[in-house]
Amino acid sequence: MQFWQIQALNSFALGGLLFLLSSGFALIFGLMRIANLTHGALFMLGAYVAVTAMRFEAGLAVAALCAALVVGVVGGLIERLILRRISGNAQGQVLATLGISFITADFCLIVWGGDTIPIQTPAMFQAPLHFMGLTFPTYRLVVIGIAVVVAIILYLLMERTRLGAMIRAGVDDMQMARAVGIRASALFTTVFCLGAFLAGLGGAVGGPIFSAYPGLDSDMLSLALIVVILGGIGSLIGTFVASFIIGFIYTFGTALLPDLAYVILFLPMVIVIAFRPTGLFGTIRT
Amino acid sequence: MAIDRRQFLQGAAAAGVGVAYSGLSLAQTNEPIRLGLLTVKTGPLASGGIDMERGLELYMKEHGGMMAGRKVEVIVADTGGVPATALTKTQELVERSKVHVLTGPLAAFEALAIDDYIRAQKMPILSVAAAEDMTQRKPNPWFVRATSSSSQCSHVMAHYCATVLKYKRMILIADDIAYGQEMNAGFQRVFEENGGKVIQKLFPPLTTPEYGSFIAQLKKDADAIFLGFAGSNGFRFIRQLNEFGSAGKMKIVGGMTALDESVLRNMGDEALGIPTVCWYSADLNNPINVKFAPSFRKAYGYDPGYYGAGTYVNAEILNAALVSIGGKAENKDALMAALKKTNVQTARGPVTFDTYGNVVGNIYIRKVERKDGRLVNSVVHTYPDVSQFWKYDPKAFLANPVYSRDWPPAKNLE
Repeated sequence: MQFWQIQALNSFALGGLLFLLSSGFALIFGLMRIANLTHGALFMLGAYVAVTAMRFEAGLAVAALCAALVVGVVGGLIERLILRRISGNAQGQVLATLGISFITADFCLIVWGGDTIPIQTPAMFQAPLHFMGLTFPTYRLVVIGIAVVVAIILYLLMERTRLGAMIRAGVDDMQMARAVGIRASALFTTVFCLGAFLAGLGGAVGGPIFSAYPGLDSDMLSLALIVVILGGIGSLIGTFVASFIIGFIYTFGTALLPDLAYVILFLPMVIVIAFRPTGLFGTIRT
Repeated sequence: MAIDRRQFLQGAAAAGVGVAYSGLSLAQTNEPIRLGLLTVKTGPLASGGIDMERGLELYMKEHGGMMAGRKVEVIVADTGGVPATALTKTQELVERSKVHVLTGPLAAFEALAIDDYIRAQKMPILSVAAAEDMTQRKPNPWFVRATSSSSQCSHVMAHYCATVLKYKRMILIADDIAYGQEMNAGFQRVFEENGGKVIQKLFPPLTTPEYGSFIAQLKKDADAIFLGFAGSNGFRFIRQLNEFGSAGKMKIVGGMTALDESVLRNMGDEALGIPTVCWYSADLNNPINVKFAPSFRKAYGYDPGYYGAGTYVNAEILNAALVSIGGKAENKDALMAALKKTNVQTARGPVTFDTYGNVVGNIYIRKVERKDGRLVNSVVHTYPDVSQFWKYDPKAFLANPVYSRDWPPAKNLE
């Protein structure tokens, strides 16, 4: 019995991490129709910035905020300085983001070296939690909590604020949104900053579990792609639900059929693309 | 964007050119020996690859850029850890840079990618890649390996676990790649032949984001778990194991790359007391290593591990072989014959090769301890002159299939 309960908790924890990873990717994809292939690299950059902040004795919370802000600014710069110049050329933009991700990865390698750098779990969450005969890492529960809080904030932002309304309008029909006076230029930069901010935050919050290492970028990018395609482009709720679905599929898949771990991970994505191209909750075809 | 190929002449060697031209007694031509280093300086494997370059760089610095009285020009190629690139770079080194001998590459899949080309070109290569069959069922006559085959060290650890630590029931876990599978299979064979039982085998994918779902499956009543991980996976696994509250409950032992010095320098107290097995330790007390390890540490700020020591040992072996043939690196057949006849003291201890080109040398059981404020793999037991075939007859050993997930079959899984 214990096996199932622990694996279920594991699934939620992984789902929470996947949501922190994918929400920013989904925002940018939804509004700008660009699969931002820099996203994994930004996630990794967030983890490394947190490493540096913690070397200056910052706690993980402060380090995560630093990481989110720094990566958010980097995201804004990428949009302003590079993607802006090739707007209208979606293919070119996707290729540009791929190029930037390689550059970012090599930049991290030069600055932080090739070793895996652990990120300490905050002291108060280090001891495992015991309840009802189960033992479970406390920090993973914290991650689930952070993911839920971020999801609620994003939901309120999208549904209850003017910015959210503009973003939703842009996702549905960019030309109409422009016609009614929404400044697409500022909106794109804002969303790109926000998406990068979330990636940076995810990198730092996921740090104690993943550590910071070269290759983290590509490991994470494919997961973000799977989640967003399954959930449906342009749908935040879809991303949220898909994160937990993938969390469950991956955890139970590796536990019950370890030989087929990758098949189990990618199969839902293939099926969705083949039979429901809009994803579970989306309105836009991939 | 990375500088993918860099030639460096050692300062001392460059200065020595003048001396060579001044007509002092020099048996050879004035041409330097060209040594190609295939390594990885970009991407996920860069940590080990940079250490490979540093190990060789240090050797050259210590020896004034000379081997067997001739200047050596080291030409470094970055394969990025990609097999196809490894092949292109090898061709570049051989055909354009006209190297006389190669060292590297880092990963087994790179070594396999260049195998045919090495045979066709008859290019001597001193490798650090561990793939079993490179020196077993499909030995390449131009290939020598002074480090270890995948299972050469895990045979030893299995024997130690069964006979010294007296473990009866063990779990094996490793990355789901040939290296991890071969290592664990070798462990299983020797452990079970010495009275132990492997009750669970797990192979997480190489890039597993987190090990929670595997940790929850571990059989609670095992005596210990053997980690056949490479790179940083071992230490990520150990950290996550501790987060699940298994610290102290599940005993851990590791293979030759589970707690390498390169990983240890980023670890904390969670590593203390864990025994691992390897053909080297920075803490090794032999006349060569007591100089090499501290000077590596002085130059780069950390202890040499598998890869740093690997290229250093290769350089020592190459030098000895070149000395025995009067520095004539151009004569590949003579060089290869000399390499195979190697019998030399190195930073890892004495080294000879078997007829398949694989090292016969000491294997060490190490235990993580804190010394002078840093974690080291301190040597607790030495198995002298271990062959890749352990104590088996080579012919009988090679008649079996190569080690894999399914061979030898696990009969005691629960």
